[in-house]
Amino acid sequence: MMSALRNQKVRGILFQILTVIGLVAFLWYIGSNTMHNIEQRGIKTGFEFLDSTAGFGIDETPIAYTETDTHGRVFLVGLSNTLIIGFVGIIFSTILGLIIGVLRLSNNWLIRKMAATYIDIFRNIPILLQILFWYNVVLKSLPVPKKSLEFAGDIFLNNRGLYFPQPDLNSTTISILVSLGIAIISIIFLNRWANKKQENTGEDFPVFITGICMLIVFPILAYFIGGANFNFDIPALKGFNYRGGKSISPEFLALTFSLVIYTATFIAEAVRSGIEAVSKGQKEAAASIGLTQFQALKLVILPQAIRIAIPPTINQYLNLIKNSSLATAIGYPEIVTLFSGTSLNQVGQAIEIIAMTMLVYLTISLVVSALLNWFNHKMKIKER
Amino acid sequence: MAVYEQKAVKKAPSNSKGVIHWLKSNLFSTPLNVAMTLLGLAILFWIIPPFVQWAYTDANFSGETRSDCTGDGACWVFVKMKLDLFMYGFYPQEELWRLKSVLGLFVVQLFAFKFFKSIKHKFISFSIYLIIAFILINGGIFGLEIVPTDKWGGLMLTIVVAVVGIVFSFPIGIIVAFGRASNLPIIRSVCVTYIEFIRGVPLITILFMSSVILPLFFPEGITFDKLLRALIGITLFQAAYVAEIIRGGLQSISTGQYEAADAIGLSYWQKMLLVILPQALKVAIPNLVGAFISLFQDTTLVLIIGLFDLLAMVRITAADSTWLGMETEGYVFVTIVFWAFCYGMSRYSNKLEKQFNTNLK
Repeated sequence: MMSALRNQKVRGILFQILTVIGLVAFLWYIGSNTMHNIEQRGIKTGFEFLDSTAGFGIDETPIAYTETDTHGRVFLVGLSNTLIIGFVGIIFSTILGLIIGVLRLSNNWLIRKMAATYIDIFRNIPILLQILFWYNVVLKSLPVPKKSLEFAGDIFLNNRGLYFPQPDLNSTTISILVSLGIAIISIIFLNRWANKKQENTGEDFPVFITGICMLIVFPILAYFIGGANFNFDIPALKGFNYRGGKSISPEFLALTFSLVIYTATFIAEAVRSGIEAVSKGQKEAAASIGLTQFQALKLVILPQAIRIAIPPTINQYLNLIKNSSLATAIGYPEIVTLFSGTSLNQVGQAIEIIAMTMLVYLTISLVVSALLNWFNHKMKIKER
Repeated sequence: MAVYEQKAVKKAPSNSKGVIHWLKSNLFSTPLNVAMTLLGLAILFWIIPPFVQWAYTDANFSGETRSDCTGDGACWVFVKMKLDLFMYGFYPQEELWRLKSVLGLFVVQLFAFKFFKSIKHKFISFSIYLIIAFILINGGIFGLEIVPTDKWGGLMLTIVVAVVGIVFSFPIGIIVAFGRASNLPIIRSVCVTYIEFIRGVPLITILFMSSVILPLFFPEGITFDKLLRALIGITLFQAAYVAEIIRGGLQSISTGQYEAADAIGLSYWQKMLLVILPQALKVAIPNLVGAFISLFQDTTLVLIIGLFDLLAMVRITAADSTWLGMETEGYVFVTIVFWAFCYGMSRYSNKLEKQFNTNLK
């Protein structure tokens, strides 16, 4: 008996059985307590509440919503707002992060130091503090609607938000959108074709410049094809506030600014470490075989830098989406504010609601990590 | 016959050294660089003078009431008058000496760290310090009055949350990391589930869970106060991140080390604690400091579940009707405090990273 206990395999199995027993006992304990407590307090269980009327209004609804809609609909509104803030935040933080990361390596001393200072300042201030600062200090100190700041004549900024003209959805607008889509798709194919051509013949094709030309020329052509008829809905001061056009709430602005500024510092560091990780020998080798500076960047340095910079960047995207839940502190109606906040207060079924909220974030992070694995696999150095 | 004449010796070009050369090569080397430098200077000029004017030149420093705020700039009188609230929250005035002595003991503790050479002694002295600090802050024995946790607040609460989070998440994180790296399938999958679950959701949902759902998990009669619930949530959250970082450290240890430990007949725990963990920690320390910086930043989230940390105190003091319109000063002050803590820690972690790098080579 004792000798069996000294066998590593036996001990391993025994230890695991004990863990399972302990875990089951713990789950059973909290499970039965929870059931008991729920019964005592008269809290309902199940997901019927999703079909009951919510009865409260929401300021920003990307999908149709009225007060008579259900809590299930509230969940969807919150989810879409979370996805919107995530999407906008990711795009702008990538742009800002790339710029700061490249400037951080500039050969201009002043610019280099300024980029470093930017990173050192903003990554060391808690994101919640930044959100509250933008919301309570910067945006609240903007003038009232009657004294709005004006930009380019038709864009107005005041303490109720940002207002700008929105083109009507007519043939011109649609054709421009379609032309942008076509341009992007054709650039992808052009890039594939150019890569293949380069591999086969060694000849280079200026994809970058052609691509930019396409992005400019296609919409201009489409503008005339579509009837050259923009009809803007211009915001105008009516009563106490602006009506018409497109408006962005101060909550959204504060959240976007702070998430972008905060996340960009981390992306900048990822970009920098990616570029710095490419050894000097690589650049020298590229120069010595006669590549131009641009070719060296495109063919030698960037492919290696991207491999290192992308995984941490994608992790930062995930962090950005998770941090967007802090919107609850300023009341931007995303999933935590709406569903884990307002709906929870009305319904009182904490377990179901918080579990659903967590599930949303878990799904997002599982999708993102699957994406990351796929990327790592694709980018793995192919050794021969 | 060719005549060779010695030419006059040329001076070294004046622009290869000195200030001018430095300016030329670092700021004005190409037209693009010139433009960037000018742009940079313009941005600095746009930000710094107005800020200095607001925060210093036009600011009020002396006085005691709102009416002393006469300048156009900041009114630091507000921060000065509310400093106790920012630092200690609603901790009773007559008991403040307890918090101050905790701070004083911390300085003593720092000297003790310099004095004690062995890690064991450092560990023991730090543990004793934590126990004394807890007794002083909480009270309850030695005739000290109990200060209920809803009176705790300000920077002191922020530090309490951060320290408790760090101290307790560390051992839990190590054990979970061991489980994650173990070759027992059930234990490994339990640990993987825990780590991936926690890392997949935002801290705020964990805090909601610990403040709303946790009380349901235990039989009636067992109650946790609000602070304890937040601490449980933060510790469980942080433990997953610590575990993942230590796992990274464990992975960097070669199998030879495991085999060598097995070969000299160490038990599993002896092997892990005496051979593997010390090496893994050394690799993981810079990342651990990074995780603790983000924990320190994350402590601000407790205000959402109704605790009065440093950031929450700004919102409360700014709502004081005798001090209306002082929000900016409060936020700037708190920003500087948080920034100083986090920047200090990140500098420290850079230093550690360099130190350990040279050791490895």
